[in-house]
Amino acid sequence: MPLLEVRNLHAKIEDQEILKGVDLTVNPGEIHAIMGPNGSGKSTLAAVLSGREEFEVTEGEVLYQGEDLLEMSPDDRSLAGIFLAFQYPVELPGVSMNNFLKQAINEQREHRGQEPLSAGEFLKMMRERAALVELDPQLMSRAVNVGFSGGEKKRNEIFQLAMLEPKLAILDETDSGLDIDALRIVADGVNSLRNDDRGFVVITHYQRLLDYIIPDLVHVMVDGKIVRSGNKDLAFELEEKGYEWVRSEPAVV
Amino acid sequence: MPNTVKEMRLEDRFVSAFEMNVGRTLNGTNRKLQDLRQTAIERFRELGFPSPKAEAWKYTNIGKVLKRHYSVQLAAPHTGVSRSDVERHLIPEMDAHVVVLVNGRYMRDLSDLGELPSGVVVAGLEDGSRRYADLVNKYFGRAAKDDDVFTALNTAFTLDGLFVFVPRGKVMEKPLHVVSLIAANDDLFLQPRNLIVFEEGSQARMVETGGDLGAAHTFTNVVTEVFVGSRAVVEMYAVQDDGPNASLVSNIEAHQEGESVLSTFTITLTGEVVRNNLTVVPDGEHCETHLFGLFLPIGDTHVDNHTLVDHAKPNCMSNELYKGVLDDHGSGVFNGKVFVRRDAQKTNAFQENKTILLSETATMNSKPELEIYADDVKCSHGATTGQLDREALFYLRSRGIPEKEARGMLLHAFARDVIDEIKIEPLRTLLDRRVSERFGW
Repeated sequence: MPLLEVRNLHAKIEDQEILKGVDLTVNPGEIHAIMGPNGSGKSTLAAVLSGREEFEVTEGEVLYQGEDLLEMSPDDRSLAGIFLAFQYPVELPGVSMNNFLKQAINEQREHRGQEPLSAGEFLKMMRERAALVELDPQLMSRAVNVGFSGGEKKRNEIFQLAMLEPKLAILDETDSGLDIDALRIVADGVNSLRNDDRGFVVITHYQRLLDYIIPDLVHVMVDGKIVRSGNKDLAFELEEKGYEWVRSEPAVV
Repeated sequence: MPNTVKEMRLEDRFVSAFEMNVGRTLNGTNRKLQDLRQTAIERFRELGFPSPKAEAWKYTNIGKVLKRHYSVQLAAPHTGVSRSDVERHLIPEMDAHVVVLVNGRYMRDLSDLGELPSGVVVAGLEDGSRRYADLVNKYFGRAAKDDDVFTALNTAFTLDGLFVFVPRGKVMEKPLHVVSLIAANDDLFLQPRNLIVFEEGSQARMVETGGDLGAAHTFTNVVTEVFVGSRAVVEMYAVQDDGPNASLVSNIEAHQEGESVLSTFTITLTGEVVRNNLTVVPDGEHCETHLFGLFLPIGDTHVDNHTLVDHAKPNCMSNELYKGVLDDHGSGVFNGKVFVRRDAQKTNAFQENKTILLSETATMNSKPELEIYADDVKCSHGATTGQLDREALFYLRSRGIPEKEARGMLLHAFARDVIDEIKIEPLRTLLDRRVSERFGW
């Protein structure tokens, strides 16, 4: 069964239609990249999949593991195994990383009928996963994202991904604002989390990230639709020819 | 037969009660206090209770609660309060000198002062004004001016309250815990008066908590004068939790000498109408003043915090942080005034008020006021009133945390800014738990 099936998805915010018929199928174990110019609707797609209430779906459907995703609340989607790595992770003054993660992990475990983690188990898990993205364990006693550098915030998203072990991870321009070293760390982290059951949707503006996170499929989004799909070579073609090329020659593989 | 006797104005009821009781109140034989009282009642009569149009009372309808038929007669000390009533209001794990007031009267038998450092006086004001007449006369009425109608009324009527004296250089290792209980079966107007003196170089912490043991409506009009000597370090904590039948107008007038540090915490959990007037005058160089407030009204509770920091001397700093979370039909007011006089150069004065509204029926009025006459100062003020951060809420939900818990986490985090500043751990723990209970996380 596919992990995610997006069929003819139309969505608007206020009176502006952003998604105009998106089709996408992600199977377990696959990495899909979505590229596209600014305003193409990439982040809107991520927002709709994660359950942001500002967007209204006007047509189409989304099935997650065969179930209607659009009916589910944002927290239920997370419990079902969907994770969104935010493009602009928000700061949570006064909410410590420790308390936040513990709460999130234990919600997941309760949902799956498991016992909450003991303090020791939790600490061990945190240290291991933080190491995957070279995140300083000292940050765990700080408030979430408060005073974190841009790179730390993005790595924190991947760290949380590693902690929550989702089935479907959506990375919304995780590479934006990162220098080459930070990018490599993030990519290594993501790669270490690849497995046969997990699907990734990597939304990116630049091809560069895809040198490190090799996608199985690349989709190009223009004006609210996926207009072209191909293998990883498509990303290189785009880099060379620019988005205008896609606009003038739409073809779906 | 219709009742043709015209209802007396509340002001007139007070004046006639005063006339009936001249000489009886506080130290009847203390000439100075007697004169002060006479002046005060005349002042009260001149001023009258505030009209709804008075600027200082614009957002707080005190008239509504003043209208009740409170007994304004001077009441004898209440004897129905037991040790277990007091014990319920103690703070777990907080080892303190405990002093108990009931209806504003000092209760020796219910208090447990233990061993006070030598020279430290903790007594009822009535008792103190007899046994330590010179001390009381030296300080009484110096900070609190009768140009405020509630202060004038209190000066005219007060029977008792708390007198605390910490002599020069004395360090109080244990905090003084004032348990202030209300026990009323009839609607009562209570007017305790507190005189708190910390001489130079002393260090002390005071915690006031309390509760309402009865079912009647009460109005407490309390005046507290605080004197902080040079180089003294003082922390004062007040937890206001008297329930929906108790209204309060509290006037705290604090006077600081040079190089002293005064920190106050005003935590308001419940009440009917609660009005806190806190005035601090740092009247010496290199003073530090920290004013913290946290108000969490629910139901129909109204909390009004008016603060005034009057910077009279150079090189002082003051820092105010008042945070509130309003729900249901709760309402709040913050009016923070910072006055920087012409000679108060190099003043650093910071003020922040942040309020979260959780319901459409909650209201908040926030008015920072800075009046600056010196030209070499650093002053800032910020006031924000709004809803919970939706981005933050979504972030938590996107990690599987249900909405209710997510809101609780954010609200608790919001309150924690103030709670974390509390230096007495058992008190911090207790309040953190109360906040947890309130926000469900």
